[in-house]
Amino acid sequence: MKSVYNYIISIFKAVYSLAQGFEITFKEFFTKKITEQYPENRKTTLVTFDRFRGELVMPHDENNEHACTACGICMMNCPNGTIKVVSKMVEAEDGGKPKKVLDKYYYDLGKCTFCNLCVLNCPSKAIHFQNTFENSVFTRSKLQETLNKEGSKMREKNKE
Amino acid sequence: MFDFSIWTNWIDQFLRTNLPEFWALAIEFVVVGVIILALYCIIALALIYFERKICAFFQCRLGPNRVGPYGIFQSVADMLKMLIKEIIPINHTDKFLFYLAPFFVLIASILAFGAIPWGNGLQILDFNIGIFYILSVSSLGVIGILLAGWASNNKYSMIGAMRSGAQLISYELSAGLALMTIVVLSGSMQLSTMIEGQKDCWYLFQGHIPAVIAFIIYLIAGHAETNRGPFDLPEAESELAAGYHTEYSGLQFGFFYLAEYLNMFIIASIAATVFLGGWMPFHVTGLDGFNAVMDYIPSVIWFFGKVVFLMMLSLWVRWTFPRLRIDHLLDLEWKYLLPINMVNLLVMVIVVIYGWYF
Repeated sequence: MKSVYNYIISIFKAVYSLAQGFEITFKEFFTKKITEQYPENRKTTLVTFDRFRGELVMPHDENNEHACTACGICMMNCPNGTIKVVSKMVEAEDGGKPKKVLDKYYYDLGKCTFCNLCVLNCPSKAIHFQNTFENSVFTRSKLQETLNKEGSKMREKNKE
Repeated sequence: MFDFSIWTNWIDQFLRTNLPEFWALAIEFVVVGVIILALYCIIALALIYFERKICAFFQCRLGPNRVGPYGIFQSVADMLKMLIKEIIPINHTDKFLFYLAPFFVLIASILAFGAIPWGNGLQILDFNIGIFYILSVSSLGVIGILLAGWASNNKYSMIGAMRSGAQLISYELSAGLALMTIVVLSGSMQLSTMIEGQKDCWYLFQGHIPAVIAFIIYLIAGHAETNRGPFDLPEAESELAAGYHTEYSGLQFGFFYLAEYLNMFIIASIAATVFLGGWMPFHVTGLDGFNAVMDYIPSVIWFFGKVVFLMMLSLWVRWTFPRLRIDHLLDLEWKYLLPINMVNLLVMVIVVIYGWYF
């Protein structure tokens, strides 16, 4: 008698647990779909996360000034030789010691592995990665960028 | 209800008055055959699109959405791909059986397809043993599956085919007994008579408790017969590559694919015909205004609406439950469904004898 009782109880238990499964999938059927329709939504609903490392940039402020001191630590830390910092010596206006300033900041996007070591080691926080990821081009030479803008100079720190 | 037999009779009369009887019949046979085959393909394509969309929604995806608006031409593109693919000849197979097997599967489902009542007056075969005929020809398909597994000369295909055979033999019992329950209620095996009997109230509601139990059991058994998840052991990818159709390519694989989807449709349409009144609109005794409004909806739409609803249920089951193990599968049939079904049949007989139905 016990086994018959268990048999009947097991049927109802099974039906109950199956119904629970149905409930979950039924809810899932009406949830918002997570598919990204990429080329269509790139201007509308596409969200790239802020920490995504897409491309190295050197931010310039409104006076066309950057924070790079041309120390070359990023170049030394880069595992792939992606960065090349070319500096030049400039005579000080007041006749003091000549000063080393940035001439060209070459960055080869094609070689970069986006390891972030350059940004982590930069003492003056002059460079960072931005989240633009549409980096495909037709020729490799287009990936070789110069990060500092034409005629830009280093931001002078306030002495006082 | 608009009776489509007015049209078909008119065409029949027109052909018979203008042609000798032999040619009139020959033209009718060809036309009916072409219509069946065309419907078969179109419904399969629509079903594939439907299934891919629905299963995507269950998985929080959008599904096909690139070919045409909302991806509606996706299955057409798939069909074209399938048609232009090469049929690869496999060495060390039994060539004759290997090439014969897909036709068995396909023809079995086309035969069952021919007996489905589509609408008022739209039925090609109306035997007095309609249910029996559909059950028997739709289970012929398993011969094709067994042949495919055997002729492939491949362990995995063979295991898949054997599983399919075991599964079909077990679940055919439940499906047959569940339909038998309704045959007891209706007193007829002819599909047109059964539909006529559901004019006031569908058998699902007429037979109340035993009919509902039979309906659920028929859905489970029918789902298992179509070899679809969670009963997809014959083609369990993770264990058997692709099961019985591992060695097939191109159009032959296409035949298996087509037959699988059409079997789903056939099972759903039998369930709709027997339990939910086929093309018969939803009528409530006493509410004449409501019944008249329901009659304005064409019978074909009623039929397809019910079938789509049942297929939604089938897909819901498919994407909810994990695959059964082979012993659990047989447990479910022999220890649970069959005893319940037999008791249920007895209950139905008692209900019918004492007239406790609506």
